[in-house]
Amino acid sequence: MRGRVAFLIAWLLAGAAALAQPAAPTAQELRPVLQHHAALVHATYADTLTLARRLQQAVQRFVRAPSAAALTGARQAWLQARERYALTEAFRFHGGPIDGDDGPEPQLNAWPVDETYIDALIARRQQPISKRTLSALNTRDGEENVATGWHAIEYLLWGQDLSAEGPGDRPHTDYVDGRAANADRRRLYLATVTALLVDDLAWLEQAWAPARANYRRRFEQGDQESLRGLIVGLGSLSRAELAGERLEVALASRDQEDEQSCFSDSTHRDIVGDALGIQNAWLGRYAGLDGRQLKQGPALRDLVAARDAALAERLTAQMAESLQAAEAIEPPFDREILGGSDAPGRQRIKRVIDALLRQSSSLVEAARALGIQKLNWVRKP
Amino acid sequence: MRAGIALLLVATLAGAALGQAASDDQQRPGGATTVEVNGRRAFSLAAANLTAEEQTRFAVGNSFFRRNWVAAPASTGARDGLGPLFNARSCSGCHVNDGRAAPGEAGLLLRLSVPGRDAHGGPLPEPRYGGQLATQAIPGVPVEGRLLMTEQALHGRFADGMRYTLQSPRYRLAALSHGPLDRQALLGPRIAPQLIGLGLLEAIAEADIEANAAAQAARGDAIRGQANRVWDAPSGQQRIGRFGWKANVATLAHQTAAAFAGDMGITSRLFPQTDCTAAQHACLAAPNGGAPEIEDDVLAEVVFYAATLAPPLRRDVGDAEVQRGQQLFQRAQCAVCHRPSYTTAQAPFPRLSSPALAGQAIHPYTDLLLHDMGEGLADGRPDFLANGRQWKTPSLWGLGLIQGVNGHQRLLHDGRARGVLEAVLWHDGEARASRAQVLAMSRAERQALIRFVESL
Repeated sequence: MRGRVAFLIAWLLAGAAALAQPAAPTAQELRPVLQHHAALVHATYADTLTLARRLQQAVQRFVRAPSAAALTGARQAWLQARERYALTEAFRFHGGPIDGDDGPEPQLNAWPVDETYIDALIARRQQPISKRTLSALNTRDGEENVATGWHAIEYLLWGQDLSAEGPGDRPHTDYVDGRAANADRRRLYLATVTALLVDDLAWLEQAWAPARANYRRRFEQGDQESLRGLIVGLGSLSRAELAGERLEVALASRDQEDEQSCFSDSTHRDIVGDALGIQNAWLGRYAGLDGRQLKQGPALRDLVAARDAALAERLTAQMAESLQAAEAIEPPFDREILGGSDAPGRQRIKRVIDALLRQSSSLVEAARALGIQKLNWVRKP
Repeated sequence: MRAGIALLLVATLAGAALGQAASDDQQRPGGATTVEVNGRRAFSLAAANLTAEEQTRFAVGNSFFRRNWVAAPASTGARDGLGPLFNARSCSGCHVNDGRAAPGEAGLLLRLSVPGRDAHGGPLPEPRYGGQLATQAIPGVPVEGRLLMTEQALHGRFADGMRYTLQSPRYRLAALSHGPLDRQALLGPRIAPQLIGLGLLEAIAEADIEANAAAQAARGDAIRGQANRVWDAPSGQQRIGRFGWKANVATLAHQTAAAFAGDMGITSRLFPQTDCTAAQHACLAAPNGGAPEIEDDVLAEVVFYAATLAPPLRRDVGDAEVQRGQQLFQRAQCAVCHRPSYTTAQAPFPRLSSPALAGQAIHPYTDLLLHDMGEGLADGRPDFLANGRQWKTPSLWGLGLIQGVNGHQRLLHDGRARGVLEAVLWHDGEARASRAQVLAMSRAERQALIRFVESL
């Protein structure tokens, strides 16, 4: 309770400071930042799409001739594409293309997966398997009735994670006729959901592609409202999604179901990717695929630094701290959450949460410094 | 689906509320708990004034609300115990996005009983099928049956000559697993409502509800609401009912634990039995997920979650048409039962709610009383003090946002009304005079009335 009072007072002081100086950036100051951010978003989605296409090729090789080696290849391609995708989560939570009303987020990234739902769809031989039907079946009659997206593919490649030490261990023979029931339909299902994933990522890449009448153009011209979206997205991912839903919930339940990438035991990389994606957006920095570097441009940090240099420096340090704490989590995540409150794994996770909470509070301050009052997202009617 | 995230930086909005004058009180249906949000997540945010610790409780409760339970035995120990009989695998299976179900979905369930009362004064379960029809079951246990609905069109006219059509549903059961229902069986269809502001409704003082009944009795007209008095398992006593379509549940703890047991087949300390009857041998013989299947501490977080889902900010409060609608709402006596405002008191179980909900000026638009709504809506199924024609006045906050959350606007206890106007036209019994006023309104007036209700 005392902590809360202190927080409110701190906020009121920050609010008072914001009122004293009309701090909203001019359009002239803002446009280059928004343009550079849009270029960063586009580069990240474009690389994710490239890696998803590599995943699709690996999946095609595997379903054409299922073998242990081809399955390993597909799993590695999934891990690489998935890690890149995690960077893009910093672009969520403000009604952008990914989670606008017709955005692909639920189709792309729904979790946790009820494995029996996918198994039942595969086993029901009269059920047609196509992009259209799987899309319609996704999350029908329940949020865990996940038929599509990253985690459906993950389940199809790894199977249930029943091992304490490692990930799921699905045999490639699940895809071999005569070795497992409905192997033909499992192959078709895997190829189909992978194709759908590529479609969705291509759609996102297009929404952020330069020089088109698309979301990116509106974003670049959206001035203060776009800036608000950018910062609300970073704050929401830091606090509610990553610290709250992914970490605090898992600590409380100690349940593997609260582990996002539970089949492949790669949840720790999701967490690192999210933290890095936030840092990228803050600094305006992006290390692209195959050694390509995005040319540095003006970023959110620069806008904040122009108003409160100490705050900008503090946030930069806090984001580095969050990232470092995330990298210290030891896989598998579903073991890391077990034990008493002094268990080393739980303490490592707690350090990530604490760092993210500090970073979220500073993001609130940064928003105030930029003249932003509303800190949750409301879609314009 | 990760769209259900409860944002946020929302704690800071409480600060914003502090600085604002009483003039925008009307805009904040939940007082300082109110959140500004629309679209798919409009019903999914935590009260704006929770502490950081409470936000964590909310997130944990949300997880157990949203995620599927599985049949025991299973690899997950935290969420096993589904069934044997059930209607949904998770709370969110019916309350999709914390919102409202429509006919044809799992969230329209059928309560079953026979005439008479149980030891606590509640309905007597149907002897072979129990208290509700389970439309799903774990492998090896027969599903109880299917609910079939047919609709009959009812035609009418407004005073200005404009025609309207209502859909009157009829219910029938098919594929019953244990033979026909008892000849005297009573059927009560119930739609899952949106969950915003429940902790605030729970914190309305019983004296305020009783005062509503006294004020209505003093009017001397047809409107004469009555409080339901029901058995509350967590407190082990009778209390005034306020949740459920017949106000047949007094507290969120009871409501939540009863829903786990009845709708998902998950036992708790409060409800150690699932809905297997003596005739249902496979159900009785099925494995369970431990006793109880949901532990007190987990249940507490789900109750906390349900208590702290916040009412969203009103829209278009200053709009001239909306304000005209508000006057018409008053003139047609709608506000007699849909009482706009209260100041909340304390929640009945402090550990299952938040101090942030107490002392708030709120605007739910309900008296929490039972009213005779006429033969057209009657289900003929009594529940504690409620008779077969009585329904509790539902709150009106958030009605205009259901479309954005759930993609429909099906209203009333079984979702028969397709929008606000149809719901009004179904009003009869004690509300007959109000309906007559609406029938006499011009098209523009009806439109204004709807705009007002949808702005709440």
